[in-house]
Amino acid sequence: MTKNSVAPDQDTLQFTVDGEVFSAKKGLSIMDACDAAGVYVPRLCDSDGLVPQGSCRVCSVKQNGRTVAACTQPLEDGAVIENESLEIKNYRRDLVRMLFHEGNHLCPICEASGRCELQAMAYRLGISQATKYPYLQPVRPVDASHPDIALDNNRCILCGRCIRASRDVDGKNVFEYVGRGIHKRIGVNADCLANTDASIDDYAMSLDVCPVGCIIRKGEGFFAPIGERQFDHGPIGSEIQHPDSRLIPVKQYDPREDS
Amino acid sequence: MESRKARIVEIEPVTRVEGHGKVTVHLDEHNNVSEARLHIVEFRGFERFIRGRLLWEVPVIVQRLCGICPVSHHIAAAKAMDMIVGVDQLTPTAEKMRRLMHYGQIMQSNVLHFFHLSSPDLLFGFDAAAKKRNIFEVIKQFPDLAKQGVLMRKYGQEVILHTAGKKIHGTGAIPGGINKNLSIQERDALLIDVDMMISWAQNAIQVAKNYTLEHLPLVEHFANFKSSHMSLVREDGALDLYHGNLRAVDAAGNIIFDQIDYRDFNDYLMEEVRSWSYMKFPFIKSRGNVDGWYRVGPLARMNTVSFIDTPLANKEFEEFRSFGQGKPVSMTLAYHWSRMIEVLHCVEKIKELLHDPDLQGTDLRLKGERREEGIAVIEAPRGSLFHHYKVNEHDQVTYCNLIVSTTHNNTAMNRAVTDVAKKYLSGQKTITEKMLNHIEVAVRAYDPCLSCATHALGQMPLVVEVLDVEGKVVDRGSQYAELEKG
Repeated sequence: MTKNSVAPDQDTLQFTVDGEVFSAKKGLSIMDACDAAGVYVPRLCDSDGLVPQGSCRVCSVKQNGRTVAACTQPLEDGAVIENESLEIKNYRRDLVRMLFHEGNHLCPICEASGRCELQAMAYRLGISQATKYPYLQPVRPVDASHPDIALDNNRCILCGRCIRASRDVDGKNVFEYVGRGIHKRIGVNADCLANTDASIDDYAMSLDVCPVGCIIRKGEGFFAPIGERQFDHGPIGSEIQHPDSRLIPVKQYDPREDS
Repeated sequence: MESRKARIVEIEPVTRVEGHGKVTVHLDEHNNVSEARLHIVEFRGFERFIRGRLLWEVPVIVQRLCGICPVSHHIAAAKAMDMIVGVDQLTPTAEKMRRLMHYGQIMQSNVLHFFHLSSPDLLFGFDAAAKKRNIFEVIKQFPDLAKQGVLMRKYGQEVILHTAGKKIHGTGAIPGGINKNLSIQERDALLIDVDMMISWAQNAIQVAKNYTLEHLPLVEHFANFKSSHMSLVREDGALDLYHGNLRAVDAAGNIIFDQIDYRDFNDYLMEEVRSWSYMKFPFIKSRGNVDGWYRVGPLARMNTVSFIDTPLANKEFEEFRSFGQGKPVSMTLAYHWSRMIEVLHCVEKIKELLHDPDLQGTDLRLKGERREEGIAVIEAPRGSLFHHYKVNEHDQVTYCNLIVSTTHNNTAMNRAVTDVAKKYLSGQKTITEKMLNHIEVAVRAYDPCLSCATHALGQMPLVVEVLDVEGKVVDRGSQYAELEKG
């Protein structure tokens, strides 16, 4: 007996996630199939309406024993998916921790706090304290030149959502990756944001796109009171796991699970 | 301590104050105190690293100066940013929500100071054993009083929770207004205990007042010195902790200046830097850097204002003023009495506001014509708090100057320390921990927030050092040592 409502036929395929059996339409990515089945696969670079690019690797799962990015990997028929195994969870924790250490993610003073997907992911994964990696503490200039938008690259996690939103939805190409390796960052297609054709009404500038506090809509910070912010009501992923309930328990971090 | 050489005694750390400081007592070759200084040994640099940040982040960033009075910095910064975003008058809902938050803050901070930090000195004596001078002993010996202190502080924090979103480091005040109103449920939850809080606040005044009156010989001789006093006052002279104009009075109660728009504060006040402290020394320009020092805080407010606009607190205020025979009260230990009168005022104000339907309004914020400079002054628990910012056309802070209450009281605290050191340490062969506690009692009465004062990160402790004429440390005392001995 499968758990979701897709009736088994020739257009569907069956798969298991952490031992539970599900069915899904053919042609979906692992992530889309899991979403439809009400199973949350953590993610940062993927966002509804944007082409998945599989860069953050937080959505890594094991399909038939092989580690793959759930957002880009097609679901195979009869796939055995590991989503919440200790190995996968620790892998995700390390990835998210490294993001915290690479940038300046000062949640207590950040206007994205409470709606930040990186912060929410850390809470969901039980990361609540400094970890084993060194803080790089970058000093990147804030580009506040645009009258309505500011860019604080110190908070960027290079998810590329703004690049895809500007290119594919707005048709503007305001953003692009520049530099390589540790020096990689988001650049704009002019000397500063004010000299691009970026507009506050662009989809790329909406709160749905930047998962952190890098793209700042000027003058709107802290408009949402504590208690009414996106993740005040439930952890990230609640809307997929429990679409009817905003309150789901999240397992607390257990340091013994750290390898 | 038999040395015939002059020396310096160090008290490090000073305990039961917020932040990290030490006291040095300079003794001459006859063991007489020549001078004593309160040193603030931390440095945090908020004024520097706030530069470049965006203006609406400032009220949230600067409140991290302190975990006891974050709301004061939060509100002062928001008020300065109101000016920058061109809002001179908030909507009634926004102003009343901010006031409610502020009264909750002053209530909880003053209660914390009186009950948790200072009451052990008052209840057990300045020379009680060190291990007894703490809130746990108060709980043991005066359980009802301690319970009232703890629950009053909790009530103040509940008010902050419902206005700022969190008990510590909330986000309620934003440039041009506020981000939430008070729901009916929140209002009703706060109304349940408000009358009990009024009665407990009256009780706390009795404790502080009785201490002052019953120990008058001590209080009159303990760091009692004449000074000027400064605070905000309302246009009619009433106590107003959130907004008003500056008034300063001299030791005789004569007005030095009155109804000064705080945005012109630079015309009336200056700050002096001295080599031995990270904290600046402000003074009233017209009186010069030697005589221009003044006091702020609860005692100063009781000395500057003409009346209090809540009936129960005003009655207590009148009694306080008649105790001073109409002149400013100059006794350092009278800070406690004044502080408790303010708690009563705050609770009365909270009750008044809770019955005001404006708090359920939905008109939360305004926007006006942008300015490049913002100055705000509020009366924080410890005294006048000045925030001054400049912001460029890209919304980034280019300048920040914070003059906090403890900085205003810098000279006064040094006077207090010197006075007490001379009275209790001069000529003594051996300097005991109990003697040193007298110095700490004097510092503590000002409820200094040393972290705020230097914008520096603090872990409590204060230290007393004894230096010889050559400036070498010859003795050093700390309460920790006494505690370790048991």
